[in-house]
Amino acid sequence: MMKMDKQPASPASWMRYASPATFYPVAGRLQPWFAALAAVLTAVGLWIGFFVAPTDATQGEGYRIIFVHVPASWMSMFIYCVMAFWAAIGLAFNTRLSSMMASALAPTGAMFALLSLVTGSLWGKPMWGTWWVWDARLTSELILFFLYLGFLALQAAIEDPKRADRAGAVLALVGVVNVPIIYFSVKWWNTLHQGASVSMTKSPSMAQTMLWGMLLMALAFWMYAIAVALSRLRNIILERERHADWVRQVLE
Amino acid sequence: MQWNSVGEFFAMGGYGFYVWGSFGACALAMAIESLLLRQQHKELLRSLRDQHEA
Repeated sequence: MMKMDKQPASPASWMRYASPATFYPVAGRLQPWFAALAAVLTAVGLWIGFFVAPTDATQGEGYRIIFVHVPASWMSMFIYCVMAFWAAIGLAFNTRLSSMMASALAPTGAMFALLSLVTGSLWGKPMWGTWWVWDARLTSELILFFLYLGFLALQAAIEDPKRADRAGAVLALVGVVNVPIIYFSVKWWNTLHQGASVSMTKSPSMAQTMLWGMLLMALAFWMYAIAVALSRLRNIILERERHADWVRQVLE
Repeated sequence: MQWNSVGEFFAMGGYGFYVWGSFGACALAMAIESLLLRQQHKELLRSLRDQHEA
């Protein structure tokens, strides 16, 4: 086993970035760029969503919830996969920074899962006449939210960070099976939820401007997620490395 | 553009509560998360300074 954590000054090229001490300032420099990108993309996405995209033939103006609902849902699934990926890398190679990245992503992923459920509810009420149904799409998204909460609770309950990382990683990896279930649930089961508006295999079933608004908002949420994950990663690094010498230098 | 007045825009064709509720929930969640992170960072730096001075 490599003892990377004992030698942050090791000269090995790209591996240097796997050290929390090296990545802390890098994350600090990157964060404002992602935040700025998120702001610009949100502004353009909202403009298209409210002023360019036409009224929907069947759902009137109510369909505009799509511009936050679909991006939030996509991000909740995507962040889970990225989180599980970093957790797995941390588990396999014992790289502390990877595990910290997984922990930094979890709260934001949970937030997007909750937003997906809330905005879905607000869309379901006027269109289906109900806030909630126990169908496959909604239930599997709820399970995703609980998986995030489980990951956070498990990590919070274990005192030793290394053990917390390992336990969290196992949970995150087991939970990955849920992501394809969410994605394909509208195909596999009968559901109130409409099918995918965008698919890899056929052209999208929506107006071009609606699609662009949705994609821009998804990109904006993505950039936002990177920005807040970097901020949280910096906090986690400081917290866990509080006794390291380099932290003393950062403070001066 | 499909809006003839500001009022029409906010009414969202009768779906105002649901549309603004959705966008509002997202804006609120993101604002709170950003603020909490900033606050947490400041408190961390403060407690680390205390720790190193002690």
